Amino acid sequence: MQTGELPPVSAAPRLPPRGRRLIKEKKMSQAEKMKQGQFTNPETPGYVGFANLPNQVHRKSVKKGFEFTLMVVGESGLGKSTLINSLFLTDLYPERVIPGAAEKIERTVQIEASTVEIEERGVKLRLTVVDTPGYGDAINSQDCFSTIISYIDDQFERYLHDESGLNRRHIVDNRVHCCFYFISPLGHGLKPLDVQFMKAIHNKVNVVPVIAKADTLTLRERERLKRRILDEIDEHGIKIYHLPDAESDEDEDFKEQTRILKASIPFGVVGSNQQIEAKGKKVRGRLYPWGVVEVENPEHNDFLKLRTMLITHMQDLQEVTQDLHYENFRSDRLKRGGRLSSHGYVLPLSPAKAPEPEEMDKDMILQEKEAELRRMQEMIAKMQAQMQKTGDE
Amino acid sequence: MASSDVARQPDKEARPLSLAGHVGFDSLPDQLVNKSICQGFCFNILCIGETGIGKSTLMDTLFNTNFENFESSHFEPQVKLRAQTYDLQETNVRLRLTVVNTVGFGDQMNKQDSYQPVVDYIDKQFESYLQEELKIKRSLHNYHDSRVHACLYFISPSGHSLKSLDLVTMKKLDSKVNIIPVIAKADAISKSELHKFKIKIMSELVSNGVQIYQFPQDDETVAKVNTTMNGILPFAVVGSTEEVLVGNKMVKARQYPWGVVQVENEQHCDFVKLREMLICVNMEDLREQTHSRHYELYRRCKLEEMGFKDTGPECKPVSLQQTYEAKRQEFLLELQRREDEMRQIFVQRVKEKEAELKEAERELQSRFEQLKRRHAEEKATLEEKKRLFEEDQSSFNKRKAATQLLQAQNMTANGKKDKDRKNSGFM
Repeated sequence: MQTGELPPVSAAPRLPPRGRRLIKEKKMSQAEKMKQGQFTNPETPGYVGFANLPNQVHRKSVKKGFEFTLMVVGESGLGKSTLINSLFLTDLYPERVIPGAAEKIERTVQIEASTVEIEERGVKLRLTVVDTPGYGDAINSQDCFSTIISYIDDQFERYLHDESGLNRRHIVDNRVHCCFYFISPLGHGLKPLDVQFMKAIHNKVNVVPVIAKADTLTLRERERLKRRILDEIDEHGIKIYHLPDAESDEDEDFKEQTRILKASIPFGVVGSNQQIEAKGKKVRGRLYPWGVVEVENPEHNDFLKLRTMLITHMQDLQEVTQDLHYENFRSDRLKRGGRLSSHGYVLPLSPAKAPEPEEMDKDMILQEKEAELRRMQEMIAKMQAQMQKTGDE
Repeated sequence: MASSDVARQPDKEARPLSLAGHVGFDSLPDQLVNKSICQGFCFNILCIGETGIGKSTLMDTLFNTNFENFESSHFEPQVKLRAQTYDLQETNVRLRLTVVNTVGFGDQMNKQDSYQPVVDYIDKQFESYLQEELKIKRSLHNYHDSRVHACLYFISPSGHSLKSLDLVTMKKLDSKVNIIPVIAKADAISKSELHKFKIKIMSELVSNGVQIYQFPQDDETVAKVNTTMNGILPFAVVGSTEEVLVGNKMVKARQYPWGVVQVENEQHCDFVKLREMLICVNMEDLREQTHSRHYELYRRCKLEEMGFKDTGPECKPVSLQQTYEAKRQEFLLELQRREDEMRQIFVQRVKEKEAELKEAERELQSRFEQLKRRHAEEKATLEEKKRLFEEDQSSFNKRKAATQLLQAQNMTANGKKDKDRKNSGFM
């Protein structure tokens, strides 16, 4: 077992900042009520006990288990599979067949999702890694991404259908929470394919750009490339995932860590499947004639930062997917009309113009009906008046 | 130029003779060498590779100078080539070096036609040489040979295999230029991976029928070295113009936190081997191959396209001049025939037009006659009517005069009666 390089888990688990805020509010309202003299001071015996809530949340979540879907996109040979194996310290791709150049010429993009259940100290994580072999391989990459985008939309669609269904006990969340986009370190920055792809998915998924095979670059070159990539991302208006700022009541370490993480985006990473003997201990790394690159050495590359970011902000990534991307998808989808079939797949939507006349018809029908009702009411009133008159006469 | 073909053929009419003493014609190669040193050498390299893969840096490192290069952007709409010529000198040998780099190669979304600008460039150089050769008054020994002698193809160090673009491009170029594949930025691949990668690349090239440049093995002095080197292809290179202090001297290297990659260290990369093979040992052979193999192939295809053949209709050898003359005659005859044809057609057309016009004129004339006749007829009828009307009018006038007279008479007779009646009416 590897000694965990993750930040040590304290006795009380670290809550997401929002939970903390909740507790603070409760304390404030208590203070106010205290002024009114209606409730007892919590420090005196007889305290309420909701300080135990975090532990309950922790227990329930451990029982429920966590789900996370990670998508990796990048050209062949950039080390995506190796990085995933290094990140989760498992081997996700036992039998891999890498096609030769001749097969790549006409290759289309495929989606391969592999799900694994990994467990650490009683916490279960159901991790789905969606790989996209064939991306950027074909000699004409014009429609590389349609497969990928329709996969992402499909997952949203399925969730929407489950959410709107009658029986909502077992909603499986297969939506893509995060997408690592691998940028080649050999160029001067982003390529046209990179820009176009990121623009196509930045509204659907959290995009985290990653510089692959960072051991090709000296530290100076790496800084230059990072700055270049950030400039180009700004220039083209690509929305990548931004780490949330640390709350002001967090401790200094956490704030510092977040600051360092934010300053290192995009992360330059190196992955490895092998263990090398270096300085007397076994480390994951790459062995060269001129030295050993250690995967988990922060001076060599940003692998640890990437892992920290992924783990500490896994919850935030899921929340942003739920609150931002999924809601956008949902509102678009419902605005567009169309019906959800019983199988959960979209029936072919009528072209954009058709819903409008239908709606107009409906409006008109409604108005007509209302007008008819009013007329009938008037007639009834008139008849009543007449009856009264005849009655009087 | 193609001297190697002629030299070794045993000439049946010449009998070998042994010399009694030293004559001195063994200095012929030296004379040749002196002459060529005076003339200077010329070498053209084409570097094909993706943007940012290290082509310019490798050239700088190879030739130990600083060619002025600027970074190109990834967003070029099409592949272009940029050629720069430099005059270098080492001891007393002058070299005119032309480095051609691709710009924007591999950046586009649709890379199907990426190889075309490269092929066009190479063909253009061949074409200008061919034109010079076919000129009547030519100056081949002064001609600046711009044909591409060597093509360095930069392979991305993915560690898996070639890319689809690489395969397609190399297949298009292997019959036009000497291709030397190199693995760029080889400090990204560890030793074990490198060995597998090289084997994979070579097997892919062989299975797809791509013919790369093989170092020549027929010259005993260099055969052994060349054979070894052929087995190390493709060369895994690292380029750097920066110097780092290693031990107690400054060497060209790349500094990493985990170590220093020395460019000229054979354990670290194959740069030294590339330099030796490309420049020290085989530069002249590259030039020869370009001229005797690739250029000849181009020339043959081009001339066949133009319609020239080496053998005439009865399988007798025909010289170029005769063919050319024959072609010229044919062409002129063809021209004459065409001219006659056109003249005939012109005359015919004129005749037709004339006939048409005459026909039209006749028609107009007849219609004019018709109209005139009708006009005359109508006039006659009108005259008739006018006459009748006048007769009527005169008879009416006569009757009118007669009636008036009668009325006047009646009025005087009934005058008093009317006056009385009128007066009574008023009262």
